[in-house]
Amino acid sequence: MSWLDKVRNSISSLAKRDTPDELWMKCASCGEMLFIKEFEANLSVCPKCEHHGRIGAKARFDLLLDTGYTVLPTPKVPENPLNFRDTKKYPDRLKAARATNPYPDALTNAYGAVNGAKAVLGVQDFKFMGGSMGMAVGEAFVAGVEKAIAENCAYVIVTAAGGARMQEGILSLMQMPKTTVATRRLAAAGLPYIVVLTDPTTGGVTASYAMLGDVQIAEPGALIGFAGQRVIQDTIREKLPDGFQRAEYLHAHGMVDMVVHRKDLKDTLATLLGYLARKEVA
Amino acid sequence: MADDTDWKIMISFLDFEKPIAELEARIAELRATADGSDLDIESEIDKLAKKSAGMLETTYAKLSPWQKTQVARHPQRPHFVDYLRLIFTDFVALAGDRTYGEDAAIIGGLATLDGRKVMVIGHEKGHDTATRIKHNFGMAKPEGYRKAIRLMEMASKFGLPVVTLVDTAGAFPGVEAEERGQSEAIARSTEACLALGVPMVAVIVGEGGSGGAVAIAAANTVLMLEHSVYSVISPEGASSILWRTPDKAADAATAMKVTAQDLLGLKVIDGIVPEPIGGAHRDPTATARALADAVGRELDALGRLSGADLIRQREERFLAIGSL
Ligand SMILES: [Zn+2]
Repeated sequence: MSWLDKVRNSISSLAKRDTPDELWMKCASCGEMLFIKEFEANLSVCPKCEHHGRIGAKARFDLLLDTGYTVLPTPKVPENPLNFRDTKKYPDRLKAARATNPYPDALTNAYGAVNGAKAVLGVQDFKFMGGSMGMAVGEAFVAGVEKAIAENCAYVIVTAAGGARMQEGILSLMQMPKTTVATRRLAAAGLPYIVVLTDPTTGGVTASYAMLGDVQIAEPGALIGFAGQRVIQDTIREKLPDGFQRAEYLHAHGMVDMVVHRKDLKDTLATLLGYLARKEVA
Repeated sequence: MADDTDWKIMISFLDFEKPIAELEARIAELRATADGSDLDIESEIDKLAKKSAGMLETTYAKLSPWQKTQVARHPQRPHFVDYLRLIFTDFVALAGDRTYGEDAAIIGGLATLDGRKVMVIGHEKGHDTATRIKHNFGMAKPEGYRKAIRLMEMASKFGLPVVTLVDTAGAFPGVEAEERGQSEAIARSTEACLALGVPMVAVIVGEGGSGGAVAIAAANTVLMLEHSVYSVISPEGASSILWRTPDKAADAATAMKVTAQDLLGLKVIDGIVPEPIGGAHRDPTATARALADAVGRELDALGRLSGADLIRQREERFLAIGSL
């Protein structure tokens, strides 16, 4: 996007703010018309049906960390080593994603405290290319864990991803073992690793760091799974069970410890950190 | 199972091998009519056979990524059970995950490879309808990965190196697999590879399909057979998601860089095991021998490292991928 386009867009969005379309939205789950400001004040949870909307990294940091946290820099990684293009060049897709997102890739870390308990918090943002895991996500995950080890504190990851970043081919797949090296090092340091699964968390992300937490938390209604529902349906050719791959379903099948409403998430994390945080050596 | 020498005669040709198939058919026709006395026919057969061999060689020297994908999936390509029969001795199959069941999509057990005692684990796709169903086409469920974890931990405990043979389209996408924690099983299996205090060598022998492959391939040394493929998603899957049409699989295979040669260039794998001219399915015995020699060399080299060094080397190997 050119400089001029950016200015034009910002002007048009300012103008639109006053139109009814911009003040109201429809709940993605129950269809209720919601006043956007009220919806956001309610942590992007529908007041009528409790549907948990997707929120970005900045909103997560504000929600879960005490004021005064520091956003950590996103590590640089090789840009497009595959020279990938599908219907568009991969660098163009990256550029477009960066133009509409506050951080340079899908995973951003912040260092701060949860009700006073220090922690590094990583947040995956679904708005950035579907939260997909490429080298930048893998490298940021490793950097977040290293920061936690350096600060002798927990690493908390809030996951959201459609899966691996296909534009990085095999290099995205290799982030599965790479991130697992990091979770092993955190464990070796005796530090807590807590995973908060949000809507949606699927594919290679679920099949690596998103399922390796000491404690697994899921947000209500979040879609969590390995294989996509359409792929499964094509394979088995029968109707999927009710609530299949939703947070509550995973809880019932023993895959997560708890399903926690967004408003209770910070206090829950703080309680867990209170129990699990490394005891100071005298 | 047919003797390996018969294999060549019954080979099923791939689409891109059509000119070779036609030549072979012509040769077979001539052979059927010739009784050995007509020297003209004999010399014609000879000429055509040379031409066919030459075409096979040039075709396989420049296979496209999509053609390699087809070779890697060839129904007659040697599978885990073939390698077991051809290069491993004294195999003791070990079954079950001790939690839910026995998944024949992943086979594992104690075996001897040219005098080396190892734990061998790998996907098995099956070779006919009955065995394909038995092995679920090589698509493992959580219990398959949990069996792999159990066997890797046992290998570590008793100081046995781990050899894995990877050949799967991917982990099984099904309701029961999700219910029993497919994601967690794959994640834990990858973790188990990384925790091994013994040498681990993984070989992609056919298809290395996504998380279902990497779960038993996070090894010290990763090799690929010359015409095998390894990718984050199938070319068909990438085509339908990125191009929004099922017809761009060949382009997707090229764009994703799925071949052994590409992956060696990207430093994702450490070496390539050569296949006979015309692919592994044309000479499983020679393929298996080359594989045994390559794995043996790597095991001997890794055997000189301590357990701690093996873990560190494996960690550094994967941490380096995608780092500047
Ligand atoms: Zn609602």
